[in-house]
Amino acid sequence: MNLIAKTTAAMLLAGAAVAGEVKPANVTFDDYGAVAESLSGTAGDPENGRALMIARSKGNCLACHQVSALDEAPFHGEVGPMLDGIGEYRTAEELRGIVANAKMMFDGTVMPAFYKTSGFVRPGDGYTGKGANEEDLTPILSAQEIEDVVAFLMTLQSS
Amino acid sequence: MRYKTMTAVAALVLSAPAAFAGGADDDTLAIDGQEMVTKTTAPAHMEETGIDTIMSGWHFREDDTQSMQMDTFDNPGMIFVDQAMDAWNTVEGNAEKSCASCHEGPESMEGVRAVYPKWNEEAGEVRTLAMQINDCRETQMEAEPYKYDSAPMAAMEALISVQSRGMKVDVAIDGPAADTWEQGKDLYYTRTGQLELSCANCHEDNYGNYIRADHLSQGQINGFPTYRLKNARLNTAHGRFKGCVRDTRAETYAPGSPEFVALELYVASRGNGLSVEAPAVRN
Ligand code: HEC
Ligand code: HEC
Repeated sequence: MNLIAKTTAAMLLAGAAVAGEVKPANVTFDDYGAVAESLSGTAGDPENGRALMIARSKGNCLACHQVSALDEAPFHGEVGPMLDGIGEYRTAEELRGIVANAKMMFDGTVMPAFYKTSGFVRPGDGYTGKGANEEDLTPILSAQEIEDVVAFLMTLQSS
Repeated sequence: MRYKTMTAVAALVLSAPAAFAGGADDDTLAIDGQEMVTKTTAPAHMEETGIDTIMSGWHFREDDTQSMQMDTFDNPGMIFVDQAMDAWNTVEGNAEKSCASCHEGPESMEGVRAVYPKWNEEAGEVRTLAMQINDCRETQMEAEPYKYDSAPMAAMEALISVQSRGMKVDVAIDGPAADTWEQGKDLYYTRTGQLELSCANCHEDNYGNYIRADHLSQGQINGFPTYRLKNARLNTAHGRFKGCVRDTRAETYAPGSPEFVALELYVASRGNGLSVEAPAVRN
């Protein structure tokens, strides 16, 4: 089967399913690494964002960050800074940029890019250890999921 | 280092939960009364890494896991060493030989683990202990090779390693091994997978920090093969490498592949000066 036809079909399908969504390759970061435009065009749901931050197969943000508001989930990591009060000293635009691709703001950071689908060395098929074709990769979080996580981060105000 | 120290201090100030112990502990490891070198000055080739003290993974484990390694009878990994003892004496293959036919007792292997992986002049390649074991099986015994990452291989490696317990790791990285070592070093610093993480990101930049429930060590292999409570068997270094690469959402290399052989040489050399501890006990 010819690859071009397949890819185009996939693109049409994906396009139809998520109209108005910004594709990972088309995200515009400003000089500072922030992203002004909503990736999904739909407001984020902070409750879902909370769940995504905890879920190991999704954001797994707790692997590296401590977040007091998520104390109900065990084992918060120490690799990144603690995120209490982050919604107060970061704007939604900055947080969107950091979650989508933190390397645009923090050069060389260990924090993974959650909305990126190309430019990897030996990308795998999830956590199977098997290889994946770059054109089949989906971002770790979808456009809406990024918006949900950002919405949750904005609720983290130092009380 | 600086960031880590800061984190450790922050953790203390917060008087955080027990999970945030931060850093390596100061305990001493003696196995059956024989003291091990578990912390020592980093080898000269590590100067550019900013790590001045290398540490065994033992320092990053909980007390009860640590204590299982201090006495041969408490170490569940020793069961497999006993199994390999039987294999050592078992005749296999068309040449009708066992390991013992050529090497007498396993004590003859004293010092071997400490210097592997090692350049083999005749073969013109760097050989891991597993490769050497299989070469003996195929060439000398005319027997089937063990699967690289299999239980009998891990057990045989453990039996041979125990003969060097307490000796300092001392793998050669110069001369004919230099190219392989460089290749391994490149791999160590390559950020793989969709998470774009290298060995160094976790084991050089972040050892001592918790990554969720796991306390990151320096990723040393002086204790391999290790017995893990998680899967109740011996685990080879290449098995561990594979798991770590998989966790970066990457396509792994195969155990025994030239890439992992090179990586093993490089990682082993980062432990030059630590005692051989195998089989270590880990969670
Ligand atoms: C593998 C580790 C890791 C993971 C996983 C991770 N982060 Fe980070 N994060 C970091 C590090 C390290 C930094 C500090 C940036 C740097 O490198 O200087 C950071 C920085 C941040 C910042 C900026 C903090 C500030 O003070 O400006 C935010 C916000 C953030 N992360 C949110 C998240 C969210 C949300 C997730 C999950 C969707 C996540 N992180 C997952 C390691 C991680
Ligand atoms: C995303 C983080 C991460 C990356 C990347 C990573 N590791 Fe690990 N590694 C771990 C964790 C967590 C453990 C278990 C705790 C520990 O010993 O550090 C571990 C354990 C190990 C161990 C066992 C140490 C012991 O004493 O039992 C070795 C060896 C190791 N890693 C080597 C590597 C190598 C080589 C690479 C690169 C190919 C690598 N790791 C990449 C997280 C990582």
